[in-house]
Amino acid sequence: MAAKGYIEIDRELCKGCHLCMDVCPRSVLTASEELNSKGYRPPQFIENPPDGKGCTACTMCAIVCPDVAIEVYRAQ
Amino acid sequence: MPSEKMLMRGSDTLAEAAVRAGCRYFFGYPITPQNELPEYMSRRLPEVGGTFIQAESELAAINMVLGASAAGARVLTSSSSPGVSLKQEGISYLAGQELPAVIANMMRGGPGLGNIAASAADYFQATRGGAHGDYRTPVLAAAGCQDLAELTFDAFDLADKYRTPVLLLGDGLIGQVMEPVIFPDPIDPADLPPKDYILDGCAGREPRAIYSMLLGQQGELYHHNMKLQEKYQEIAEKEQRWEEYQAEDAEVIVVAYGTASRIAMAAVDQLRADGVKAGLFRPISLYPYPKQALRDLAGDKVKVAVFELSAGQMVEDVMLSVGERSEIYFYGVPGGVIPTPADVEAFLLSVLKGDGSVGRRVVL
Amino acid sequence: MSQVAYEKIFTRPESLKPVPTHYCPGCGHSVAHRLVAECLDEMGLRERTIGVPPVGCAVLAYNYFNFDMVEAPHGRALAVATGIKRVEPDKFVLTYQGDGDLAAIGTAETIHAANRGELISCIFINNAIYGMTGGQMAPTSLLGEATTTTPGGRDPQRDGRPIDISRMIAICDGVVYVERCALNSVKGIRKAKKAIRKSFQAQLDGLGFSLVELLSPCPTNMKMTPQQAWEWIDDQMMETYPPGVIKDTTGYED
Repeated sequence: MAAKGYIEIDRELCKGCHLCMDVCPRSVLTASEELNSKGYRPPQFIENPPDGKGCTACTMCAIVCPDVAIEVYRAQ
Repeated sequence: MPSEKMLMRGSDTLAEAAVRAGCRYFFGYPITPQNELPEYMSRRLPEVGGTFIQAESELAAINMVLGASAAGARVLTSSSSPGVSLKQEGISYLAGQELPAVIANMMRGGPGLGNIAASAADYFQATRGGAHGDYRTPVLAAAGCQDLAELTFDAFDLADKYRTPVLLLGDGLIGQVMEPVIFPDPIDPADLPPKDYILDGCAGREPRAIYSMLLGQQGELYHHNMKLQEKYQEIAEKEQRWEEYQAEDAEVIVVAYGTASRIAMAAVDQLRADGVKAGLFRPISLYPYPKQALRDLAGDKVKVAVFELSAGQMVEDVMLSVGERSEIYFYGVPGGVIPTPADVEAFLLSVLKGDGSVGRRVVL
Repeated sequence: MSQVAYEKIFTRPESLKPVPTHYCPGCGHSVAHRLVAECLDEMGLRERTIGVPPVGCAVLAYNYFNFDMVEAPHGRALAVATGIKRVEPDKFVLTYQGDGDLAAIGTAETIHAANRGELISCIFINNAIYGMTGGQMAPTSLLGEATTTTPGGRDPQRDGRPIDISRMIAICDGVVYVERCALNSVKGIRKAKKAIRKSFQAQLDGLGFSLVELLSPCPTNMKMTPQQAWEWIDDQMMETYPPGVIKDTTGYED
């Protein structure tokens, strides 16, 4: 079943504050392996998490992101 | 067409001239001896659809001027010496941001709170920038009400032409005296040329930012300063203003500006009547100083006698202009005391005699 | 498996340029900038907005905001904004200021623009510290807060107590709306956006001066992680600066 929502992260705008990871109610954000070119560690979006509770496009990650690095898409 | 002749007080003249030059915005604060200027503006501006604000301080006023100028308006603020000290930060910003404005200073005795009498001890403040940074502002010094009327128009034109703050100097005496005035032709602000740098909302264009901070590592602030210096160089070449009176065959030339030049002129007239070859050199632009014109009058047969209503500020520019071409003498009275023409006559005679009885010789 | 169509529901507002900012990770300025930009977009104001940034971390706001801006000397933004608004009353004028800018050096200009009821919207970022200059005491620094100029923490005898400029200006009749929000939670950020909209509407309707104070995290100068800075606002700052409506005579319903 397709998720209700998904997000796109601009890795180079991200400053690795991880506030998005803290507020996500669905735990679809985790720290990514690679750093960006500035040395920050952006989050990584988990499209199909093992617990089946995928993104709901609640936009809370984007709301707290200081760097407008997240765009949110919701299923129509 | 020019106006009919009116009898007006100096402060009112400046205000009315500003309105006729297309100024519709005034922000200022009461301070003696120029209170009549904001009072006049508070009555006059609403008549022409303009806006007057009595600001909470001279500091607030110069910042309102900054905003109004960024929005494209011809705008005036006025004050007297201590209040102009408060405006210095704003003047530096206006210079760095290349925004036009006219700042009038009806000078009084200082330093500190001083007194409310006419003095001219703000020459350094005006010409050497009271504020920080490598900037200059054109400075025009009026010697009477008709002068104020014309120089006010000139100040607004210079400000717009060069995108710079301009200082217009009067003093407590000129501000209060009533003299006949004929105003130049009025200017409708709608007829002024459009400004392509102002902030009027970014509809149909890219947004504009007006700022003077240039932190970049590529020498941005250096280049901006060099651009400003080119502007000041152009102003120095093209915008000098001065008046010579009976100077061609003079053996002693008194150099004076503002009210001091009126006193000096009366002294020159009396001395000429007594057969003494005296003359007057009156700088009208204190920046750019009319260096070459003064230098051309100097020579070993001419004595240069500087007369100021201060302890000696313009005398340094005279020294820079004249160098060793002539002997230079100085007589100045600070603290709001106004010498009479007889005092200046005595000074000029003492210069010719070389007896040092009034004033002093200035040696480089 | 059916094809699902997705629509983009959250993106960068047009009033915010698509450039990285110099703000620190977790800084409240970035969020506040976005909220201001979102409101301007939603209200169709960008093309007639003129803004005045502070001197402070947001001094370069004109590099981020996508509308006309003019720099002001430190603290003078509301006087500069007054000059702009009086010349161009049909334009939308806002200031965006920090705690030092608005409540230390600019106190007189703040109080008097508010008292005159200037039709200006003022966004006040209160992070209880001087960020740009490296962490000195702000007028809003809390008692006991360690800053580089309050060794041992802010002391009431030596340094005075934190000032509540929002409540002070609320006394003025010319002020129609003052609200304090906090940028340290999703809920707080949502409320902040509503408050900013209200302030903007009050200007559009010609009601008077309005100010939105935003409690904002400064992780770097607090020497905290963004998460700790968020907690600090809850645990410490809100005691001195409780969020809520301080004044509202707009008559707008929420």
